[in-house]
Amino acid sequence: MAGAYANRKVLPGFKLTLGFTVAYLSLIVLVPLTAVFLKTSVLTADQFWAQITAPRAMASYRLTFGASLLAAAINAVFGLMLAWALVRYSFPGRKIVDALIDLPFALPTAVAGISLTAIYAKNGWLGQFLEPLGIKIAFTPVGVLVALIFIGLPFVVRTVQPILEDLDTEYEEAAASLGASRWETLRRVVIPALFPALLTGFALAFARAVGEYGSVIFIAGNMPLISEITPLIIITKLEQYDYAGATAIASVMLVVSFVLLLVINLLQAWVARSGGKES
Amino acid sequence: MFASYLPVKAGFSARIEGWLHRAVLVASFLLIGGIVAFAQSPASLLNVSYDVSRELYKDINTVFIAKWKAKTGQGIAVNQSHGGSSRQALSVIGGLEADVVTMNQTADIDILVERGGLVAKDWRKAFPFEAAPYTSTTVFIVRKGNPKALKDWGDLVREGLQVIVPNPKTSGNGRYTYLAAWAYGLKTKGSEAGAKDFVKALFANVPVLDGGGRGATTTFAQREIGDVLITFENEATALAKEFGEGKFEVVYPSLSVDATAPVAIVETVTAKRHSREAAKAYLDFLYSAEAQEIIAKHSFRPADPAILAKYRDRFPAVQSFKVEDTLGGWEKVQREHFADGTIYDQIMTRR
Repeated sequence: MAGAYANRKVLPGFKLTLGFTVAYLSLIVLVPLTAVFLKTSVLTADQFWAQITAPRAMASYRLTFGASLLAAAINAVFGLMLAWALVRYSFPGRKIVDALIDLPFALPTAVAGISLTAIYAKNGWLGQFLEPLGIKIAFTPVGVLVALIFIGLPFVVRTVQPILEDLDTEYEEAAASLGASRWETLRRVVIPALFPALLTGFALAFARAVGEYGSVIFIAGNMPLISEITPLIIITKLEQYDYAGATAIASVMLVVSFVLLLVINLLQAWVARSGGKES
Repeated sequence: MFASYLPVKAGFSARIEGWLHRAVLVASFLLIGGIVAFAQSPASLLNVSYDVSRELYKDINTVFIAKWKAKTGQGIAVNQSHGGSSRQALSVIGGLEADVVTMNQTADIDILVERGGLVAKDWRKAFPFEAAPYTSTTVFIVRKGNPKALKDWGDLVREGLQVIVPNPKTSGNGRYTYLAAWAYGLKTKGSEAGAKDFVKALFANVPVLDGGGRGATTTFAQREIGDVLITFENEATALAKEFGEGKFEVVYPSLSVDATAPVAIVETVTAKRHSREAAKAYLDFLYSAEAQEIIAKHSFRPADPAILAKYRDRFPAVQSFKVEDTLGGWEKVQREHFADGTIYDQIMTRR
């Protein structure tokens, strides 16, 4: 009897849930992704290489991944500030601001793209003031960045917010009573506790931005080598009935995104471990 | 172990079996009845079409449905699906059950012949005028009073001018514009190299490449970007309707392209759905005087010469060419101009 129990985990159903997890992931994620690589396999290695290293494709990777990383970083900074303000202070209309954060989630991306373009075009609300200063946003790579910041914002706020709510102000008070300056409290108490969540938010915002098509397409201007995003290159190839070429580019996106997300995950694990050692 | 309780349940299972038999029998009658009824009259047709034909086919369908009811005594619904022409063709290849396709370039029907034989090889012969019940043509739209005095293609390469064109990579409209410019370059410079320089200079003046024709119209009219918009003639009417008469002017260049709108029956789908007769009647109807009038009303050039002549004031005569005649057909154009790394990519990436 005792021996039989010794092998058991406290929670029942390990095999069942693991089996279900694997089957579900395969069906929903792995099978479609495998199809991407299979469709590519009709190309020879040379053709594949030529497709994925074409100047237009290369320029689009730089824009898509560069703008996505930058947008996620900007969102990480300002998202953290927003979450802080929403959790730590109470002010009139806080609930409304809180609800506004989620709007980019819910809004159809095309609507977001069209509104942003209308606002930042040279005759738009903001564009008319920026244009005389020589700042062009709509139909430039900056426009792409603006759209990606817009759609990525909720991810950071919503991942940081619950952690911040759980983080008692007592910790900050304790730090202060032990003689830490405000900056030290922030740097050594608050940020370490929030960092894993912040990284998750960053990763989510980044992943969302890499795949974004609907909103960017309206504001980008879509000029080859300048403001063409990688998803547009894929759509363009599909329009030419070039499935293999489209999936070749898609597989590059998949691999790069996977590697970047993996790095972020590893970073998170490392932070969690080293954070544990310190305390 | 199993056999020991079988006799006890025998009566019960026999009864279930009896029910099952009857149920299956009834179900198959219903099914056969349904199939027969379906075979006699398809209750619906699906017309898979391109982006800006939405309003046109809505008007056409209303009249067709009434005609069909009068002729056969049966009701029919015509469903519409609209989107970028090539993307729509992809959907049909992917299994969208279109009874008829009405596109804005022949390449998007040819691909249906190529991939899976969805459309008969000689689809151009199946209906009059190369199976194109109407055409449109590429025109310039300029701001009121034509402040930059743009008359012809040659004016568009002037330095500092902004020309709005939809992306030829994703839009049939953009491809037609590019090809019209190419043909003008060929005619005036007399060589392919000269034509290439000309389209390169023209596209160097393009500040934004919108995904489709409607997007380009918005950029030009609403965002007030660009000195001239190059698009289909029917967009000019849509513009006037949306933004008021007199804000824009239409300029007809010395050379334009015939943008035919070809139609075809999807053989595999109509055979499966027993809807070929209705599909043929639908496409035939597009050539009737009544439908041709509706087409003219929506600012597409009707194929019927008599009706076109009637509206000559709205459709001035233009010198136009067909992609099939002058440039060797869409397949060749696609291979030499728009495929990755070919002429269009070259002029755009070495600016």
